[in-house]
Amino acid sequence: MSYNELLPLLVIASSLLPGFIIFILPERQIVLRTMFNLLGAVTKLWLIGLLLVGVTAGEQYGFRYFLAPNMELVFKADALALLFVSLSASLWLLTTLYAIGYLEHAPHRSRFFGFFSLCVTATMGIAMAGNLLTFFIFYELLTLATFPLIVHRGTPQAMRGGTVYLAYTLFGGALLLIGIVWLNQMTGQTEFTQGGILAATDGISRTHLKLVFLLLIAGVGVKAAIVPLHGWLPQAMVAPAPVSALLHAVAVVKAGAFGVVRIVYEIYGIEFAQSLGLLLPLAVAAAVTILWGSLRALSQGDLKRRLAFSTISQVSYIVLGVGIFGTAGTVGGLVHLVHQGIMKITLFFCAGNYAETLGIHRVDEMDGAGRRMPVTSLAFSIGALGMMGAPLTAGAVSKSWLKTGALAAQMPWAIWVLSASSLLNMAYFLPILYRLWLKPLPAAWPHEEIPVNGVRETHWLLLLPPLVTAVATVAASTFSDAWISPLTFARMIMGIEYHTPP
Amino acid sequence: MIEHLSTPLVWLILLPLVWATLAFCLGPGRGALLGLSGLGLQLLCAILLAVEVAPKQTVTHLVGGWQEPLGILLVADGLSVTMLLLTQAVSLPVALYAYSYLKQGQHWFWPLTGFLLAGINGLYLSGDLFNLYVTLELIGLAAVGLVVTGGAAGQVTAAMRYLLASLVGSGGFLLGVALLYGCFGTVSIRLLTSLIGSQAPLAVWLAAAVMVAGLLLKTALFPFHFWLPPAHGGAPAPISALLSALVVKASFYVLLRLWLGPFAGFVSPLAWLPALLGSLAILWGGCQAIRAERLKMMVAYSTVAQLGYLVLIFPLFGTGSHAMQIGLLQATAHGLAKAGMFLAAGTLVKASGSELIDGIATMAGRLPVTLFAFGLSGVSLMGLPPSGGFLAKYMLIDAALAVGHIWIAVIVVTGGLLASIYVFRVLRLAFLGPGDERQVALQPVSAVMEWTAFMLAVSAIVLGLAAMPLFRLLEGVAG
Repeated sequence: MSYNELLPLLVIASSLLPGFIIFILPERQIVLRTMFNLLGAVTKLWLIGLLLVGVTAGEQYGFRYFLAPNMELVFKADALALLFVSLSASLWLLTTLYAIGYLEHAPHRSRFFGFFSLCVTATMGIAMAGNLLTFFIFYELLTLATFPLIVHRGTPQAMRGGTVYLAYTLFGGALLLIGIVWLNQMTGQTEFTQGGILAATDGISRTHLKLVFLLLIAGVGVKAAIVPLHGWLPQAMVAPAPVSALLHAVAVVKAGAFGVVRIVYEIYGIEFAQSLGLLLPLAVAAAVTILWGSLRALSQGDLKRRLAFSTISQVSYIVLGVGIFGTAGTVGGLVHLVHQGIMKITLFFCAGNYAETLGIHRVDEMDGAGRRMPVTSLAFSIGALGMMGAPLTAGAVSKSWLKTGALAAQMPWAIWVLSASSLLNMAYFLPILYRLWLKPLPAAWPHEEIPVNGVRETHWLLLLPPLVTAVATVAASTFSDAWISPLTFARMIMGIEYHTPP
Repeated sequence: MIEHLSTPLVWLILLPLVWATLAFCLGPGRGALLGLSGLGLQLLCAILLAVEVAPKQTVTHLVGGWQEPLGILLVADGLSVTMLLLTQAVSLPVALYAYSYLKQGQHWFWPLTGFLLAGINGLYLSGDLFNLYVTLELIGLAAVGLVVTGGAAGQVTAAMRYLLASLVGSGGFLLGVALLYGCFGTVSIRLLTSLIGSQAPLAVWLAAAVMVAGLLLKTALFPFHFWLPPAHGGAPAPISALLSALVVKASFYVLLRLWLGPFAGFVSPLAWLPALLGSLAILWGGCQAIRAERLKMMVAYSTVAQLGYLVLIFPLFGTGSHAMQIGLLQATAHGLAKAGMFLAAGTLVKASGSELIDGIATMAGRLPVTLFAFGLSGVSLMGLPPSGGFLAKYMLIDAALAVGHIWIAVIVVTGGLLASIYVFRVLRLAFLGPGDERQVALQPVSAVMEWTAFMLAVSAIVLGLAAMPLFRLLEGVAG
């Protein structure tokens, strides 16, 4: 096996093996468990670094293996895969650190971190899948690995959330499976190829292709939480904060959005999808989701629930970017894949900090929290401003590319949708910022668990991750032209998909 | 003499007969050890045979050197070797489990299991219909005996019902054999296949009808499944595992042989009939499993559903797809996964002292290995990747859509969703938060019981990643 075949496998193994080891470790082996977790996360980042250097130099990384006659497992570490892989791996490291602090003294940590590693492994597989079959295998694995994390607390709400999650995702998986097999029947193969595989094939019924598109998009749309398939997401936020952070930023919803990207660009091909008239309905579904999510977020009193509806809205920016035919729209969608992850994980980290430190779960309990927890609140504010698309944040970069794209594609209504969404974002985030910074301190916090210790407002492991991601939110905008920035990468991928130089 | 004993074919039948007889004489202690070593050797024989068959495609052996029709011809091809491998691979861990699990009943377990395995191995190696009948009868009687080893009243009733079904099934089969012998003067499957063309006389039609009906009854295909849930759900766990994973597969194998062999010329227009029954089995078994209150009953109804998948391949024969391979893959995946699930269920029931699904809630989280075994088996049964069950179901959907049988694809997907409901009904219990009843004492279970179930479940998963050797083994088989 050559080095270029081995490297993608090692990226997957670097979280799979620690996962297996952690399952076996006894509950009290905290040091050993933490060591394996961090070792895996750091190794993964290092391996991905190697991949990044190779791919930008034009190297091809891939691995193929026959599961059965005509059923091939294919991994492919291309630029698009690396966009998602680097995001997941970086945020995995941060979330692991956060979870170590968050779950200190909590029961069932072996189980938790074991499934956590499996979850990341599934995400890696989804990112590097080279055909629809491989994508499906890891997509279903992700469902199985996240269920134990969602129900981790074992409360009746958690069980309900988990059941709803399973009902939605397994049903979506079934639709996806039928779509994949059907497409495979018509084309003979479903390998992700730059520019798509369908444009070159003739004699396939266009109606069938449209039906298959519907099945595939509905299948991945469940995880991407496209309205009306979004019902599970607000329920799943009962999970512990690190899980919500990972679920909303990189694992589940992002897997769905990434699936939309792969299906539209590398199965149908963006130009062929446009000629079939599939992009407009997709963009409309995304627009509806963006507005619906934001509208519902307005009325949520629970902080995590508000963030969950905000996720529904924000993830569909990516789908909207895919639905806008044109280079700028593509760049906007792809770059938001990363930007939304960084910003939303910051918000969930902070929400977890408020809950763990002060027992704050509801928006109306947040009065004056900025003075008690200035660092957390600063990070939260940056994340929230990013979501609104304020200047100097990652959100502004995504939105400006999306708007340019919409203008170029002559879809002025999409600009209106984006502007309306920004207004709605302000409407549900600004009151929180107002409460944080300008309201007076309350007499007592709902349930203060971690006391102030000098300048340290909470456990340092809870503080570091949101700080890093908040800085990244600003950096992604300030240094958007750097050679390693998400934007540069997104533009590179766009160049590949449209057969035009970047 | 030596040359007649140098082939693994003979030993696969002789070994279980020998240790079964010795175990009967020596009693459960030494008998069990003999049985376990015999099972180890059988597994070795099956692997040796697979190595021998793979390049040649067929290995035959005339017992005692006597020519047909006087002597008995043993035949092994890819199909039989696959089933033999499955049989030995499942029975060894199940026997280990039984050694640790069974308190009373060990005395009968070892001799009966030996005869059962001799019957199953003999069936897979038989080249003629009469031997098939004899081995079917031996399997049926040994299996009924095993169901009653528990000794409870419910088990005796279930065993009587099982006995009746089994005898009626083999009776029908024997009637068919007699009719065919009357028409053609031979019981050799090979000769009959060349003698019976597409224009079958009425007697052959009649023979086919009674034989297929008898086999469907023995395979417990809906609506002939009535005897299965009480027998499989009521027997002690390791015996349930043997029955669900291996015994029902034996009669399915005979059905497959006949369908692809002697009856191939004239039955294909009727292929929709078993497939229809299979679809109903998947739906009915799935719904009954969801409704079941007792854990082992749930697993037994899951078998009713999973057997349905086996016969969905019948309309796909001759369409250029890998129909036979799909069937065998499903049989293998189900065998491993169901044995793992029954063993895990047995451990959970034993640890909690309750047969009810809700009753094990207090225990599930405290036996992680067993729970993983149950979960991983469940993954294969639901047809989720990566697992043998997934490969089989994916290929089944693929083959069905290729010839436009959309209904088969829909049934397969629906069956998977139904399975996920009953599997997660159990799995979710492990995550329930601490309640007051959490402090109930755990009945001790041995590590052997936990890990044998786990190994079986893991092999069902690994099959999903390493199925190519199986496909190569089955390449040369006509189908």
